[in-house]
Amino acid sequence: MRRDRILLAHGGGGSLTRELIEGSFLTQLGNPLLKPLDDSAMLVMGGKGYAFTTDSYVVKPYVFPGGDIGRLAVCGTTNDLAVMGAQPLWLSLSFILEEGLLLADLQKIVESIRTTVAETGVQIVTGDTKVVERGKCEGLYINTAGLGRLVTPDRLGAANVKPGDAVIINGWIGEHGVAVMSRREGVAFQTSIVSDCAPLWPLVKTILNTGAQIRAMRDPTRGGVAAALCDIARASNVGIRLHEEVLPISREVRGACDLLGLDPLTIANEGKVLVFCRATDVARALAAMKEHPLGREARVIGEVSEKPRGMVLLRTVIGGERIIDMPTGEDLPRIC
Amino acid sequence: MKTLVQNIEALSQRVGRDVKLMEVCGTHTMAAFRSGLRQLLPGCVHLVSGPGCPVCVTDPSYLDAAIDLCGRPGVIVATFGDLVRVPGTDSSLERERAAGASVRIVYSPSDALILARECPSKQVVFLGVGFETTVPTVAWAIWRAARDDLKNFSVLCAHKTMPRAMDALVRDKAINIDGFICPGHVSVITGAHIYRFICERYRIPCVVSGFEAWDILKSIELLLRQLAEGRAQVENEYSRSVSEHGNAAAQRLMNEVFEPCDTAWRGIGMIEGSGLAIREQYAGFDAVKVLGVQFPKAHVNPLCNCGSVLRGVASPLDCQLFGRPCSPAHPIGPCMVSGEGVCAAYYKYERIAA
Repeated sequence: MRRDRILLAHGGGGSLTRELIEGSFLTQLGNPLLKPLDDSAMLVMGGKGYAFTTDSYVVKPYVFPGGDIGRLAVCGTTNDLAVMGAQPLWLSLSFILEEGLLLADLQKIVESIRTTVAETGVQIVTGDTKVVERGKCEGLYINTAGLGRLVTPDRLGAANVKPGDAVIINGWIGEHGVAVMSRREGVAFQTSIVSDCAPLWPLVKTILNTGAQIRAMRDPTRGGVAAALCDIARASNVGIRLHEEVLPISREVRGACDLLGLDPLTIANEGKVLVFCRATDVARALAAMKEHPLGREARVIGEVSEKPRGMVLLRTVIGGERIIDMPTGEDLPRIC
Repeated sequence: MKTLVQNIEALSQRVGRDVKLMEVCGTHTMAAFRSGLRQLLPGCVHLVSGPGCPVCVTDPSYLDAAIDLCGRPGVIVATFGDLVRVPGTDSSLERERAAGASVRIVYSPSDALILARECPSKQVVFLGVGFETTVPTVAWAIWRAARDDLKNFSVLCAHKTMPRAMDALVRDKAINIDGFICPGHVSVITGAHIYRFICERYRIPCVVSGFEAWDILKSIELLLRQLAEGRAQVENEYSRSVSEHGNAAAQRLMNEVFEPCDTAWRGIGMIEGSGLAIREQYAGFDAVKVLGVQFPKAHVNPLCNCGSVLRGVASPLDCQLFGRPCSPAHPIGPCMVSGEGVCAAYYKYERIAA
């Protein structure tokens, strides 16, 4: 079979994305700073630690319930810094605009960027604008890069998780993905679900300030909670067990996922953080999270064990156990 | 839940032998794996998966025909998402789409109808794959297209119906099924009565089941009780949705547009009267006739064991391709692609035992 083209599934954040990164990028471009494939690269300049990251935003439609591509572009990139324990300081902002885009639409998105930047405390310090012919992009795409200063002496990272650690999440799972899909052409359905798109740095700062021993954090975006946990289980060579009965999944998200044949655990979030915390520090981390508006629903959803190494398991409500697998790529609606 | 499991345990002792129960429907297969209920069953109760994943039982020559169609100028192929990744002889719809072919994922046949109205200069071909659950919606789309005299909409039909396939499985001596967990969604349309012949002719108990873990456990309990008491009846565990005679309006629509035909099931072969063909009256919406579609003999990997897996005679773990090289990211057989495929279920949820 020919395997010589990029498929949509290569962009799904699952195992095909990983194959592409490892097979086509790391082999040629790999270096010690890139290799951990964390949410940000960890840099040292003038004796101080920094986190550096970049992300592109191609969401369709570019305005969705609870947010838009501008808010997403600021949240997504600053969240990738925050989960490394870095305070986001500076952002770049590049637009790729489609010929014919309404200036009024662009203005709304810029306004949304302005308010989100204010929430985060980050500054936009450089940018770029390109326009492409009608039909070469859908409205607009945005790329942002971000630089943040590490505020914690502990190095956070996907490879630092240890058996015994608790897995905490700050709230409801799967809202962003379902909200976007509910407005997508061909799928559109009525729902009150809105995207959870939010800047996580204020919440993360609160957690770090408690002094709790945090090993790693991840914002479970593309590929959802499943992909984020599979990544960490693999990087830290540990097993992760979740408990289905405590997973914060709303009836609406569950219902929409049932309808579309999707697993809420593979749906994208944009305002969620998975926190891996030393077991003895869980109480204070959790208490601090619950004080914050983005953490009211925070709870422990699982724990880390030595085995099975590199795997994520789910203890089901009826007492069985199953694997949570790395999603493959593009999620497919079911047929019957 | 605990009582259910205890009852199953006690009943299985009363039956006193190994019992093979087949869940015919792919959604049941997935629910059983996702809930982990298989681990709660006593060792002598074996759940085997049947041919109820529509993508999995679709003959590979059908996919080759669809792949050929999507490359023709002026044709848009509209399909449910499950089909796009299924490999044909040397490509898949997903790969053809990446190479520029017109393949659109839709969520219902009526979306394909809308697409046809929006693109009057193109012929929109909907890939009609699925059982009684989806057939009425496709029948409606064809009926509507006929009423509106739409000239650029057609269906490449590979629809199948359940009862004849179950009959073929029972007659296959290699399988020896002791009881059927009958498909809930299909039964909503057809009614529970369609399984009666299995009980009467073959003395095999049938239970129509819902899709929650407790539905399936309850159905297993009902089946074991029938076996313990020497009964063979159709029982309806899913009575909150399924009636004895089903949805009459949907059945009328199906009969209006489709008629039974012989069709090939992947892994099982030709089963008389188990398929649905578009009636002559609606021939203007039959892609085979409108576009002159051919079904050349397809080539499949001879090591692929999907055929035996679909008949319930082999476990995915018996297949030498399982896991490597065949995985959800790089599927070789259809059972690894579909969200309801048995191999995908084993790979995703029970690989640990492998």
